[in-house]
This record gives sequence, structure tokens and C-alpha cells, in this order.
Amino acid sequence: MKKTIIGALVAATTLFTSVGMSFGDLLVPVMTYRVGPFAANGTMNANGFVDYLTMLNERDGGIGGVKIKVEECETGYKAEKGVECYESYRGKNPLVHTPNSTGITLQILAKAPEDKTPILTMGYGLSAAAKGETFPWAFNYPTSYFSQMTSILKYIDGETGLKGKKIGFIFLESGYGREPIPVLEQLAPKFGFEYFLLPVAGKDAQNQSSHWLTVRKEKPDWMIMWGWGVMNPTAVKAAIKARYPLDRFVGNWWAAGDVDLAPVGEAGKGYKGSTFNATGTDFPAVQDVIKYVVSKGMTKTEPDGPGSVLYNRALWNAALIAEAIKTAQDITGKKEIDGEDMRLGLENFVLDEARLAELGFTGMVAPISGSCKDHEGAGAAFIQQWDGKKWVKISDAIPPMKEIAQEMLTKAAAQYASNNTGWTTQTCK
Amino acid sequence: MDFLTYLLTGIFLTPFAEMIEMPDLFFQALWDGFVSGTLYGLIALGFVLIFKASGVFNFAQPILVVLAALALISFYKMGIPAWLSVVCVLIMFYALAWLIERLILRKLVNTDGNILFMSTVALSFIIIGAAQWIFGGRPSSMIHKELGFPTGSLEWPMFGGGVYFEMLDISAAVVAVLLILTLGLFFSRTKIGRGLRAVADDPQAALSVGISLNQIWVIVWFVAGVVALVTGIFWGARSDVSFALQIIGFKALPVLIIGGFTSVPGAIVGGLMIGLGEKIFEIYWGPLLGSGVEGWFAYVIALGFLLFKPQGLFGDKIIERV
Repeated sequence: MKKTIIGALVAATTLFTSVGMSFGDLLVPVMTYRVGPFAANGTMNANGFVDYLTMLNERDGGIGGVKIKVEECETGYKAEKGVECYESYRGKNPLVHTPNSTGITLQILAKAPEDKTPILTMGYGLSAAAKGETFPWAFNYPTSYFSQMTSILKYIDGETGLKGKKIGFIFLESGYGREPIPVLEQLAPKFGFEYFLLPVAGKDAQNQSSHWLTVRKEKPDWMIMWGWGVMNPTAVKAAIKARYPLDRFVGNWWAAGDVDLAPVGEAGKGYKGSTFNATGTDFPAVQDVIKYVVSKGMTKTEPDGPGSVLYNRALWNAALIAEAIKTAQDITGKKEIDGEDMRLGLENFVLDEARLAELGFTGMVAPISGSCKDHEGAGAAFIQQWDGKKWVKISDAIPPMKEIAQEMLTKAAAQYASNNTGWTTQTCK
Repeated sequence: MDFLTYLLTGIFLTPFAEMIEMPDLFFQALWDGFVSGTLYGLIALGFVLIFKASGVFNFAQPILVVLAALALISFYKMGIPAWLSVVCVLIMFYALAWLIERLILRKLVNTDGNILFMSTVALSFIIIGAAQWIFGGRPSSMIHKELGFPTGSLEWPMFGGGVYFEMLDISAAVVAVLLILTLGLFFSRTKIGRGLRAVADDPQAALSVGISLNQIWVIVWFVAGVVALVTGIFWGARSDVSFALQIIGFKALPVLIIGGFTSVPGAIVGGLMIGLGEKIFEIYWGPLLGSGVEGWFAYVIALGFLLFKPQGLFGDKIIERV
């Protein structure tokens, strides 16, 4: 009898839970890492993302009258955990996957077409996913790593010229860190600079003295970093120790957050980083998140989270997803959409100045529109500099070397498709 | 032929030419290697202490480093003066050692070594969860300045360049050496130390002559906590204090294989071999292998030891009679 009652309770709970997950909600899964070596950055990302969608639920009752259900899955920034998370979302009608890791993206990329759920990797992931005709189910708005590297090189060119210069590239030894190397390979002979690579294994992220002794030996004119997590403050501290001039050290947009430089503090003055979103809490979108979520204690974020680089970027990531959901609802006329509808939304949203103003993002990000062919947007990056306490914007928007980047992206996309037999493509008008 | 020339030059000529051309860099590498090596030795020491007392590889040692560092900063942020915060952490670790002995070790005495090892794995996850819950995931800055450790650096000019000695690195090396010497004396000259060695050799025999196994375990886990605190302070000051610190803890594994799991001097010698070796090899021979040598250098050396001298340089030779 006791067993029967327990069995009935378990069955009822399972039924109730699965019904609750399948209907009536817009399921937006998000893979996060609040634990592990990259937790500091991962937590900031997760909080911004969840808080924005919570704000939409609180302020607007969701999107198109349907509540958003955000389901987090902890990956610890490990690819195998990411795949487990991906599998756990199967059958729940996830609208879009946000892996928050290039390594995980590479693992799940081939699964997206068969599951008919798009993947949005905002400013990370496989650069070649920018080519919408080859990657119908993957998006990396507003710009890819290839484009970002060309923007950084453009900045360096504007500062000191590239010809005859030596560039050191220090990167996290991973799919993410290796992603922009083809750009250096291609552009070094074209612009007449030389470069050397300094891979930092994840387990040595806090122990970079050898790498920076090599920097002393090689005497590069510029250093570029593709770092993440604890690797970033350690690199800046090691650069200081090696007497490397910090104003010649540029991190990519994942190596230039407040959590990266706060532990370095005043000593990190001069270090530069690229970004595609502004910081601060003056933007109406950030204010709404503070009003409807943070001040009501409905968040896991710390008080200084809103306005910081990674938090604001995560808000933008969530806002882009929300806009794609709205677009999908408008196109299909359905309130409860699925992954295929979402894909349409991601290819057709329009976030022009007027719409950005409505959403409260004016001045924080650049306008962008979805496209069938261009899943990247080739957005510009700008350079910011750490003043000892906060990031300060020091350059105008630097568009990528579009022709060069596009040519490389096309080649990389074709290579990926030829390596994956039966790869699904699409034709855009 | 060209490749062979390139290879031979890269191995036998270029590195030595670079050492002569830039002696300041060579001396800097030696100094940095020495500091890293001492700190590796310190991490390894935490493992050695537990291994000597209970014959188990303490998987939780790296997270103890994180716990110590985070607790120290948290006590300080609560308004407790820096050195008093250190005392608070020590009290906390004594309580933790007592709890571990009461709740885990006492229950598992005389069980298989694998069971004890698995219990430390479980302990590690419990501490990670609890620490995450209490301290959160945000990185913090170490309070080494507040503890009075000097900052800044000394410079030794040399052939147009210079060798830089960070005051923090000097402090780390001095503190690590003092701690190691103190522990060496403590375990070789005191009654508790002799008790520890007796327990390590044969727990049942030690019990039969009146040595309190429980007391020894509490002391050893507490001392491992002290070592974790010192490690956390200096590694934390070199980067930041976050859960990533635990990764550095596992760097001790090759050090232990080289030095021997039961030897305090072995931990130091192993640490120095790895610290100096990886720096010199990365800078001078690394480019030949595409850089990033530091990531695997220690493990290759350890593999060599496993093949030819599995007990390490100073470890006890295990003879099992059939």
C-alpha cells in the first residue's frame, strides 16, 4: 500500500512537472557556470541573462502575453557537461540554446539541425557560423571572433602601424582561444607583421610566469589576449611583473570585464580591451532590470553587477533573444512558438535605433538586424581602457576588415561543411 | 637535412646562445622557477602530511587552499583585523580537522585505502558546495598588504637589462622555507612527530603502544590546513582568490611523484625541480615544440619517475612479500 502511494505520488509529480515544462511557457534554456574556475565571469553572465528575462516577465507579463521560463543548467564550462545539459533540454521545446562556451558550441553545433533548435552564441562560438547559408541553425550576432581580431588589428594599425611589428598572442588553450589564429596567419604576411603564440593551459591559468618570461625574450610590440576567467587578472599581473607596457596589451571582449581587472586594481591602469557594449546603469533597460528585479530581491546578482561589462552584455544577449521571440510570434501569428519559429525570428528581427530606444538600449549597443545570409552582423568593436577603477571607452567603433573577414568566414564555413558529410545548408534570397 | 639542422640548432645551440645573449632573462627564469618551485613544494607538503598520517592521497587538499583564502578575506571584510583573521581561520581549521576526524576518519579506520581516498573526494565536493554557498563565486583580492607583506620590487641591473625580485615573491619564498623547516623539525624532533611516523608505518601497532590515532589525525589535518592557508595567501596574491585556485593544487601531483609521497624534503626537491625545469624548458626549448610546454612538462618528468623510480627520490620503498 505504502509503495503504491509513493509510486502514485512520483507519477503525479513527474506528470505535473513535465506538463508545466511543455506548455504555456516560452522555454529559454541557458547553460551557465556558477561554479569552477570560470565562475566569476560565468556568474555575471548568468545573472544578467536571467535578470533581463525575469524583468520582461515582471514588467510585461512575458513576451506577447506568454511567460518566459528560463531554465539554467550548470556546465562548469566543461564541454561534456554542456552536452549533458543540451540532452536534458530535449523534448521540452527549447526555443534557442545559449551555451556560453565555444567548446560546448562546437560539441552541439551538429545536433541543432536535427533537433531544429537554433543556437545563439553572442560574440563567441564558431566564427564560420556567421555564414547563414552554411549554418542555418547557428548565429553569432553581433560579430564573430574573426571580425573582432580584424578590428583589434585595425586599432593597432591606427596606433603604431602593423608593418614590421611583432605581436604576441596569448590565449586560453581551447577551441575558444584558438579560434582567431587563422586571422593572424592570414594577415601577418599581408600587413607585414610577425606574431608568436603563447597557449595557456586551463590548469596553468594562474601560473603564467613562464609565458611572460617568453614575452620578455621575444620583446613584442603588442600583446593580444584571448583569455577567460582567472587567466585574465593573472595575465595582467604577470605583464606588470614582466614590465610589459599595459597600454600595448589588448584583451578581447571576454578578457576585459570588471571582474577581470578589479583584482588587479590601480596597478592594471592602462590595460586595454575590446567590447561591443557600453557599461553603466544609465540605460533605461538597465534601470528597468534594477527596478523590477534587483530592487525586489529577485536576483542572484550582487549590487555592483548591473552596469558592469559582462552583466550589461548578458542583458543585451537576452534582449536579442526576446526580440527574436517577438519577431517569430509576429511572423507566425502564434504566441507559443517552437525552435523552427525561433530560427525565423533570429533571421528577421530588426533592432534599429528606434527599436533600441523603445527597448532602452540606446547608446549601449549598436543597431543590428537579423539576416538569412549573415548570422553575424559584422558588428564593430570599440576599445576601452582600465583607469584603475573602471573601464573607459577610448576609441570610436572600429568596424572589422569586412572583406578579409568575410572571405575567411566563407572559406571556413565551406571547410566545415565539407568535413561534415550530409551537412544541412539553406539558400537565401 | 634542413629540418635536422633546424632541430639540432634548436636543441643544442640556440637556447645556450640565448642564455649568454640575455643573462638577465636566464637569472630571472632561475629566480621565478625557484619561487614557483617553493610554492609547488608548499602545496605538495599539504598532501605529504596527510599521506604520512593515513596513507591516503587527500583529494580535498586543493579546495582547503581555496577555503582558507576565502575565509581569511571574509573574516577581514567583517571588520576583523588582518592577523586576527588569520587566527580565526586557524581556529576554523582546527574545528574542521576535529569534525573530519569525528565524522569521517574515525568511522573508516582500518578500511581499505581506496575507501579513505573516496571519502576525501566526497569531502572535497562538500567543501566546494558549502564554500560556494557561504562565499559566493566572485573573485576577491588577497589581503597580503594588510597582513604586512611588502609590495614593490627590487631590481638587479645586468647587461642593459635587469632581474626583478618582487617583494611578495621574496616573502613567499622566505615564509615557505621557514614553514617547511619548522614542520620538518616538528615531525622529526617532537613526540607528536614520532607518533605521526609510527601511525604512518603501522596504525594498529601504533595504537597498541598507546599512540592516539584520533589525536594524530586531528593534528595532521590541522597542520595541512595551516599549509593550505599559507599556500592560499601567496598563490592568491599572485592572481586572485577564487575557486580556480584549486586547480593549482593538483600541480602537486607530479611533485609528489618525483619527491615521494611520504617525504617532506622530497616535496621541496620535487617542487624545485618542476619549478626550475618548467621555466627554463618553456623559455629556451618551448618554441621548438610550439610553446605551452609548461602545461605538460611536469607530467612528462613524473612519468619518467613512475617508469624508473616509482617511489620517487625520497619516498619509502614498498616491499610486499608474497
